[in-house]
Parts: sequence; structure tokens; C-alpha cells
Amino acid sequence: MLESNLELKGSSFTLSVLHIKSAELQKIRIELEEKLAIAPQFFLGAPLVLNLAAVAEQDINLSELKQILIEQGLVIVGVTSGSESQLSAAKDLGLAVIKPGKTVESKFINAPKSTQIVKKNIRSGQQIYAKNADLIVVGTVSNGAEVIADGSIHIYGTLRGKAMAGATGDNNAVIIAHRMESELISIAGQYWLAENLAEHDTDKACCIRLADESLLFEPLTF
Amino acid sequence: MAQIIVVTSGKGGVGKTTSSAAIATGLALEGHKTVVIDFDIGLRNLDLIMGCERRVVYDFVNVINGEANLNQALIKDKRSNNLFILPASQTRDKDALTKEGVGKVLEDLSKDFEYIICDSPAGIEQGAMMSLYYADIAIITTNPEVSSVRDSDRILGMLQSKSRRAEQNLEPIQEYLLLTRYSPKRVTTGEMLSVEDVEEILAIELVGVIPESQAVLKASNSGTPVILDNESDAGKAYSDTVERLLGNNVPLRFLEEEKKGLLKRIFGS
Repeated sequence: MLESNLELKGSSFTLSVLHIKSAELQKIRIELEEKLAIAPQFFLGAPLVLNLAAVAEQDINLSELKQILIEQGLVIVGVTSGSESQLSAAKDLGLAVIKPGKTVESKFINAPKSTQIVKKNIRSGQQIYAKNADLIVVGTVSNGAEVIADGSIHIYGTLRGKAMAGATGDNNAVIIAHRMESELISIAGQYWLAENLAEHDTDKACCIRLADESLLFEPLTF
Repeated sequence: MAQIIVVTSGKGGVGKTTSSAAIATGLALEGHKTVVIDFDIGLRNLDLIMGCERRVVYDFVNVINGEANLNQALIKDKRSNNLFILPASQTRDKDALTKEGVGKVLEDLSKDFEYIICDSPAGIEQGAMMSLYYADIAIITTNPEVSSVRDSDRILGMLQSKSRRAEQNLEPIQEYLLLTRYSPKRVTTGEMLSVEDVEEILAIELVGVIPESQAVLKASNSGTPVILDNESDAGKAYSDTVERLLGNNVPLRFLEEEKKGLLKRIFGS
């Protein structure tokens, strides 16, 4: 049986892309030196792909550009988004021509906010996450339990565990409980521990909300 | 169909086995045919407390594995014709308990018995999960201190999410709180949580309060369930607990510090 001496396998790598925005090589050399001086070890020997989209219409000496980059200790593996002539010049220099990668556009999905209602006591070790919703608990949240919501949290019982409202950064979220003896409460990343709560009268219904980047305690009295 | 009662707690050393033995004995004394199963595979204790350790030939794991039948493994209690013990294996580990195996044994026992008491091991691993999986009723044994209450709360969460009744969306397990090692004197001095404190945190129905008592240790060492000690507070409190489990309304006792009489105050106790 013949044993194969090589094997071809597909694999994907993360490569840094260097966008060339000017055909003036001397300027590029100076700017590059400045950039690399900040973190020389980071780029040393790093494989790079050149993106020529910005200079596709211009005449650029690829061979000289390659030389400049190699002198700086960078390893050029290919070029992308250049004109026909630029790309064929790249081929002659022994560089790979790479199809432009897909730029993922992050779309913020603004789905309507809903409400999740839980009618039981949340016991130690249990976790409830109301994704993209307000959370209403008709019961008590025990020590060691966690309730999390992207919106506000309302607890019609005692809050003893952890509560995190505005989990995805909603500054307008609030936490309301009939009694607040929480281990930790947090709104949009700002948090209080039990000792911060202890300064307030938490035996009665109260509301915690965010005001100017810090948490604010408000008794719910009318 | 038998009622399957799990005696559980999460935390160790709070009195699960003592309570299982006492409650099983109490139910048998009331005329109900009862079996008590030790789920603490590898650390078996129930047979010691029931005073039948010398009569263990086959055990629970043998039955699950088909190496013995139920009648060979069941040990009849010396004191009551209605009471049987299914001991744990001391040499296996808790992974020997499978959902199917335990289910089959409980199903077979259900045909003959009115009550099946499952004595859970401590923790929330395989043994404890198997003991509570098929339960109809759970007795949460809790000491009046913070860590025990916290662990009981965790077990209550497990009952509501990991049991057969939870998985199949049936009527939830009936949960009862059994407060053990209660010392009214230490509650007065603030060293212990009070009955009200624990009830408020766990928010389940209270089925009994067992006072801290020397009789419990004495009973364990002599292999006699403490409920048979009619003289002791702990024995009486367990009898009351069994009555409440059977649906009878019995007032709570031993919640107040005992008032010392004049002579006792002068001469000491």
C-alpha cells in the first residue's frame, strides 16, 4: 500500500489586513515605522494581507512596497481588492491573490420588548433570564438564586438573591421588590452589594434605578 | 398505589436518616405497611439506626442489578410486622443507582406497600437525585441554621425542576418542612434561627419541629428509632409529625423554653 507523503486539508486562519491608502511609498514607510515602534513585537513576523482597494485606480510600485514591508519585519502573504494589473503584478511577485473577505455588518435587532412572568419562588441555585423582556416574579427570590432581565425586574415578594436588570445595557431599567435583602443588584452594569443596600430602609417596597451612572434608592410610598 | 416519601436536605448531618427511621417506624406503628430504603450507597447507616445491620445479606444495588429479588433483600423489622428495610450497598458507589433500576424497584414495592420512605444521601449528586426523582411527598429536613436552610432551598429547587413530576408536568411534589435539632433556649439567645425565620425563608408547610435531645444519640447508638422512646421530647415530636403527615391536626410542641420550677432553680437541674 502506498503511503501518501502529503495531505490537503481546508482550514481557516485569522489574518491581519493592511489597508494601503496612498501610493506614496515614502509616506507609507514613515507612518509604518511610527506605528510599529509602539508595539514592535506584536507585528514581528505577523502574516499580512494587503488591501489595495483605496489605491486601485493609482499606479503603485508593488515590488518596492513589498520591500518596505519586509524591511520592517512583516510577512506579506497576499493581496486583495486591487485592479487587474495590480493583482497580476502581485502574482509575478509570488504573492497570493485573495478574494475580499465578507465584512460582517452588525445589525442591531430592535425587537419589541416583552414581559416574562414567573409565578413561583426562585430557589437557591436557580437562574432565570428574561431575554429582551421585563421579568415579573410573583414569589420570593432566595439567597443563591439569580434573576436577570434585559429590561426591568419586578418582584412581588422578598428579593434575597441576585438581580441584574438592563443586562444588555438598558439604562432605563429598574428593579422593584416588596422587600429588598439582595446579595447583589445591578442595572446596566452598575452594581450594589448588600452593604450598600443596608444604608437604606429596604423593609418596605422600594425601587432601584440608575441616575447619572450610579444607582439610586427610592422608597415606593404614596 | 403507594405514597413515595423522600426525606432529604442537601446538607449532611441534619438528621435525614434519624428522621427516615422514626417516620417509617411511626407509620408502621399506625398500621400502615411501610418500607424504608437507604439511598446512601457506599455510606449506609439506616440499618444501624434501625438495628438490623447484622441481618443484611442482599441490598438495594443487588436488586437493581438483578442479583437478588426484592424478598431476599427486604429485612423485616423486629418490632413491627408492617415495617421493612431495604439496605444500601456498602461496597458500590452511587452511580449504581440508575433511573430505570430505581423506578422498577419502586414500582414493585408500590404493589405491596402503602408508604415507601426514601432516605436520601447528602449532596445533590446521583444518589440524592435518584432518591427524590420518583417522590410524591418530600420532607425537607432542616436545622435552624443558615447553611442548612440555604441547602434546603437548593433541594427545593431541584424538586421543582429535576423530579419525575416536574419533568412530566404532573402535580408538583408536596413539600414539607421538618425542623430538627431545635433548641428554644438558643433561639432566645439569638444563636439559632427561629421556626418563623425558617418558615419565612423556605415558604413551605411545616410538618414538625424536633427538639435537640440526648435521646436521639442514645437511640442511634442502640439501634432503636427514637420515636419508640415515648419518654423523650424528640420521640413525642416525631409521633406528632407522623400524625400530621397522616392528615391529623396536632398542635406544635417543644417550641418554648422549659420553665424551671422553684426547686430546680434552687438545686439546679
